[in-house]
Amino acid sequence: MKYEISFLLNNDKVTVEVDPVWTLLYTLREVFGLTGTKEGCGYGECGACTVIIDGQAVNSCIFPILEVEGRHVTTIEGVASKDGTMHPLQKAFVNEGAIQCGFCTPGMIMSAKALLDAKENPTEDEIKDAIEGNLCRCTGYVRIIDAIKSVSKGR
Amino acid sequence: MKSYEYHKPKTIEEAISLMGSLEDAKFIAGGTDVMVLIKQKKISSKCMVSLRNIDGLAYIDTQNGLRIGSGTTHNTIDENGHIKRYYSALTDATSRLGSKQIRNVATIGGNICNAAPSADTACPLLALDAKAVIVGQNGSKTTSLDEFFLGPGKTILSKEELLKEFVMPLYGENTGSAYIKHTRRNAMDLPILGVATRITVSLPDENISRCKDMFCTIDSISNILERLKDEGVKCEDVMIAMGVVAPRPMRAKNAESVMKGKIVSSELFEEIGNIAAGEAQPRDSIRGEAWYRTEMIKVLVKRALIKSIDRVIRPDEAFYPERLW
Repeated sequence: MKYEISFLLNNDKVTVEVDPVWTLLYTLREVFGLTGTKEGCGYGECGACTVIIDGQAVNSCIFPILEVEGRHVTTIEGVASKDGTMHPLQKAFVNEGAIQCGFCTPGMIMSAKALLDAKENPTEDEIKDAIEGNLCRCTGYVRIIDAIKSVSKGR
Repeated sequence: MKSYEYHKPKTIEEAISLMGSLEDAKFIAGGTDVMVLIKQKKISSKCMVSLRNIDGLAYIDTQNGLRIGSGTTHNTIDENGHIKRYYSALTDATSRLGSKQIRNVATIGGNICNAAPSADTACPLLALDAKAVIVGQNGSKTTSLDEFFLGPGKTILSKEELLKEFVMPLYGENTGSAYIKHTRRNAMDLPILGVATRITVSLPDENISRCKDMFCTIDSISNILERLKDEGVKCEDVMIAMGVVAPRPMRAKNAESVMKGKIVSSELFEEIGNIAAGEAQPRDSIRGEAWYRTEMIKVLVKRALIKSIDRVIRPDEAFYPERLW
């Protein structure tokens, strides 16, 4: 049985026919072709699939697609401006060397963006709290935290 | 994956009647547990009944005690200043459950109805003497949370019943609570052991400032306790809850009754820890062995109790020194 739902995807209104067993991650990658959002564990442990729904970071791999109806979803593809200019967070990750293999990066950026959108000048503890659900096996997190710090206001 | 029907009722009544009329249906709230079980093919229900769109399931009411709707997310509870101040044990749990992404979605009702022995919010709710309000087809009933759990994954809820809210009494300035989650790593881990305590103390007014000073020192717990004894700090009421030490979250009732009405002292804390450890029936698991859990109960019960007392004596302390607990 298929259902038709509408929601805001990176500020564009989209309507799509979905199967209720689909997750938001599956729909983003397989229907919309937005492959920036990654599947790591698929069980909500690693955070590679993090997207922002109505301002809050969420694991899209365990988010039922039917619950997205009427909500506002932002993926990594919606972070840079339309002309291709990178978001300050993306620039900071590049400048600080916060990327190695890059698989966790989209999720990291989304978690960090949700934090900075809610709080302009977070403490180091708040930054660690915000990315505690994002596993990175390369960097050791230090440069990622530095990158997020460099974007917060007043630094 | 097998497909299923997905229902999004708007009211509690609609949700309950859907459960009655649909064959092989299951509730889904935040879905952070249910979705994983579906993916692992451990759940294969034909119908899912979502609780996310019901008005009046997600709320925090702080008038006259505390009422929390079962659909409230952990993050919402975590950000509530009133709960952090007067029901601190609950904030200790909600701030360390899963990750930010999980806390934004997972609900407190889901954590309890899942009835895992390791459920983080179960210990604080038990220690805070929470009552569960259950709604069924024939109206609602209230039960103490202690009677709610039956075993791993098992609760007293029947298929057509829904956990609506938790109700907790009003606690005054002389009551403090704490939850200690014992884990290997800081983030994204299930507890090896969880201990929550709530204590109501009385002490002579003129001694408060001296007690405050004690907690600011770098003295050992036993020395601090000895000095609290000299100041006459008395335990009026206490509740101790433990997780991952039995098939279900449990209270250390013998330890509670021994402690009630006594002056706080190092020997008393030692005794309470030992009694609580005797009441637990932990088992070996991948996260820890039974003997280790038994030993750690003795330590953590003491730590949780002194942290609770600290919160009575220094309620406005923003930073609690990590070394004490």
